[in-house]
Formats: sequence, C-alpha cells, structure tokens
Amino acid sequence: MFDDFFIRALTAGLGLAFITGPLGCFVIWRRLSFFAGTLAHSALLGVTLAFSFDINISFSVLLVSSAIALILLRLQKTTKLPGDALLGLLAHSSLAIGLVVIGFLSYIRFDIMGLLFGDILAVNKKDLLVIWVGGAIILLILKIIWKPLFASTVNYELAEAEGMQPEKVNIIFTILMAAIIAISIKMVGILLITGMLIIPAAMARNLANNPQQMVVLSIIGGILAVLVGLFSSMQFNSASGPSIITAALLLFILSFLKINKLRQLKK
Amino acid sequence: MKENNNTLVKLENTGLQVDKKWLVKGVSFEVQRGKIVTLIGPNGSGKTTTAKLALGIHKNIEGKVHKFTDKIGYVPQKISIDWTLPLRVSDFMLLTENLTNNEIDTALDLTGVEHLKNNDLRNLSGGEFQRVLIARAIAKKPDLLVLDEPVQGVDFKGEIALYELIKKISEKLGCGILLISHDLHVVMSATDYVVCLNGHVCCSGTPQAVANDSKYKELFGDRASTILSIYEHDHDHTHSTDGTIETKK
Repeated sequence: MFDDFFIRALTAGLGLAFITGPLGCFVIWRRLSFFAGTLAHSALLGVTLAFSFDINISFSVLLVSSAIALILLRLQKTTKLPGDALLGLLAHSSLAIGLVVIGFLSYIRFDIMGLLFGDILAVNKKDLLVIWVGGAIILLILKIIWKPLFASTVNYELAEAEGMQPEKVNIIFTILMAAIIAISIKMVGILLITGMLIIPAAMARNLANNPQQMVVLSIIGGILAVLVGLFSSMQFNSASGPSIITAALLLFILSFLKINKLRQLKK
Repeated sequence: MKENNNTLVKLENTGLQVDKKWLVKGVSFEVQRGKIVTLIGPNGSGKTTTAKLALGIHKNIEGKVHKFTDKIGYVPQKISIDWTLPLRVSDFMLLTENLTNNEIDTALDLTGVEHLKNNDLRNLSGGEFQRVLIARAIAKKPDLLVLDEPVQGVDFKGEIALYELIKKISEKLGCGILLISHDLHVVMSATDYVVCLNGHVCCSGTPQAVANDSKYKELFGDRASTILSIYEHDHDHTHSTDGTIETKK
C-alpha cells in the first residue's frame, strides 16, 4: 500500500517524536523556546560550512550549534544583557552570516527552501540510522542527567547547594539540544524543528499534572502529529513537514478544548 | 584532609565581593555534627550570603570553605517555582534524592503537611510551602541542614513547633544545622553557637556570651539581651498544627 519512501518518512518522523518529546518538555520548563529557535537559525551556518568544506551536514550543524550554545552560556555570565537580547543577537547574526556565506557559494545549487523546511520524504536509510541511533544516545544521556537537570530547572541554587552540579548538566543539555537539531534538520528543517520541540510539549502541559506524565504525553502528541501530518500530506498532497506541525497545532487546540470541558464539568 | 571528624563545614576568613562592594567579609566559623549554629544580624548584613558561601553556591569567593559532606539539605530564603512546571508536592520531595513513599510520608507528617502530598505545588499557601520545603530538606536525612529563615510565613503556633522539630531532628539525626533566624527568642534558647553578622563577624560565641557582648547590644538594642532570661523556662506541652494539645513525651 505504501511506497518505500513513505515508510522511511514515517520511521524517521516517529523517531524524531521520541526525542523531541522529552527535550521539548525541558525547553518549555526552562523557557528556552527562543533558545531552540536560535540554535535552529545557527544551523543554517552549519549547513553552509558543510557545503563549503564538503563535510557531513549533521556533523557540521552539531559543531556550529554547540559552539553558538556555549557562546551563549558564556555571554550570559559575562554581560549584563538579558537572555532574550543575547539570543536575538546570536540568532540573527548567525543567520545573516550563513546567508552571506551562501552568497559566495554561487557555484553550488542551493535549495534554501529545503533547508528551511526540510524534506522528510527524502530521508534515506543512512539518515534513518542517524536518527534512531543518535536519538537513542540523546535519550540515554538525558535519562542519566535527568535528576540533576530537573532539579536545576526547578531551582538552580537548591540544586547547586545539594550537590547536583547544575552547571555541568546545563552544558550537557545544551549540547543535546544542538544534537537534536543536527540530526533533524534534514527532515523538518530549520523553521519547523522548533515547532516540533515546543508544540507537543505545550499540548502535554495542558493535560499533565506531573513531570513524568508531561513527558509521556509530549511523546504521544509528537507521534500523533507525525502520523496525522504525514497521512494527510499524502492524502491532500500538502508539504509534509509543515503538515506535521499543523497537525501538532490541531492537537494543541484539542487539548485546550478538553481543559475547558473539564473545567465546566467541575463547575 | 579532615581535622576534626565532627566538622561538617568550615569557613576560613571567607568573603564575597560583587561589583566592588563587599557583601560580607572575613567570616570564620564551623558547623559540627549535632550542633546548631545560628547567624543573626540586621537586614543586608550578609546572613544569606554567608549561608550560600558555606553551601558553595557562590563562585570566585575570598578565603576558603571546606565542606566535609555532600549530604546537605537546604531551605533557601526565597524560592520561586515556575508555573510552567507541573509539580506536585510528592515530585518536589524527590528533587535531589530518591526517597521511598514511606520516607516522604514520614517527613511530610513531621512538618504537618501530609495531607498536601498530592497537591500541586503552586496551589500551596506561603506557610504550607515553607513546611514542604523543610520536609524536603529533612527527608533525605542530611548531615548538614542549612535553614535560611525556615519558618517565614508560618503561623505563630507552627513556628514554635517547627523550631522544636528542627532541634529534635538535629538530636535524632545527629546532623549539624546552620540556621538563619530573626527570632532572637529561638536563637538564644535553642542554639549552641551564635554568629552575629554586620557585613563582617561582629561577635560570636555561645548565646550567653553574645547576649552580653556590647556590640550585640549596640546592634539589637539593650532589650535584646534580656530575651535570654525571658526564654529560659520549659514548656510541658506542645501544639500540633490544628491546635490540639500534645503532652510532651
């Protein structure tokens, strides 16, 4: 019934949902939505560098995004600018540099739309391997640092005082964020990875009353978004990446309706 | 590296400078197992800063802090929990330590908030939240308890009960306590060692010694030193959180 490429797209999307679910919860809890966007923007620079030096895209995106993330952590400590101003500074300047470099690479045919929105239908077997193996590693590391990371999310000083080493786990978490962007850029692109991180987790927040529950719901939401998005893109011949995000948005709206209904029932 | 097996944390001439202003300077004292050390002093005298120095929260400090334990329970003066976090009391209890359900119940019961176990953390009142904070800090059976104004917002009856609980815990667990309190009554009656701060250590010693120190009188007024005599008597009963009388066992 399905063509092979569709199965691949499904497998890739589902793998992505498993990783963005838990990471997305931390993005919401730590108010990092804009941070995820900044990393995604800096990924463009990573891609252009990959083309310039003919290296693996995921690898160079991981390098550039990690570098930008670590620069941000450093700047937060040493300047008096608020976090969102620093994020804006890094997001737009790395995007601009990326575009300038693309201009110099006129000899390469460059699919900017592909970079911005990704093409999940074009993933090959090697990409699948990167997503599932890379994703498994990301989730494993997240599980190991879960307790200190969560403690420092709730309260940094409390975590520091009680020996949870928040600074160390912050850096690890930041690199995990760069990694998820690196492995997913080809599928959903720069603009949509932030959506995949935030929207299912936001939906889960509407329904959950404890952290574990929110993570599980966030993963389920991501899976549903991928399934609904991909099947409807097949049905209506719509762009697949944006269809996934639209499906996620619909789930978010549904979760709102459910809350209001529950409130009415309580009354 | 241990010089005294009972020493849990030792500050040697420590201080912290932020933007060329000394928040606190030249502080030395140590907290030993089974002892309660209290920091007192007016607002802005560096009590919280000193506690954070002892905990190792501040980096780039002056002087030295030796910590001899990692099992620390901390009740901070101010804590804000983001509403974006879906967090029940029971989740919060597990923040830095893996506890059994039983241990959680016992700790919450001790501070009189067992009935709130499944409540959302942000729906608690100030006093209830403070009790949960104390429960969390003692549940992990720490070697060192650092309590920064632990009973703020707690009703008067509860205040005394909680201070008695803190004293009992220090005896039962044999842990050391670093306490910050504005309540001179409690400080003078339940403390082994008092450090009076005013940007530096203005005087320190046993409660009796500090109460008679002229610098302490200067800082808190003459009436403060009479507190000790008011409080040197015993109660024959206590009150639980709902007000019922419990005879002392």
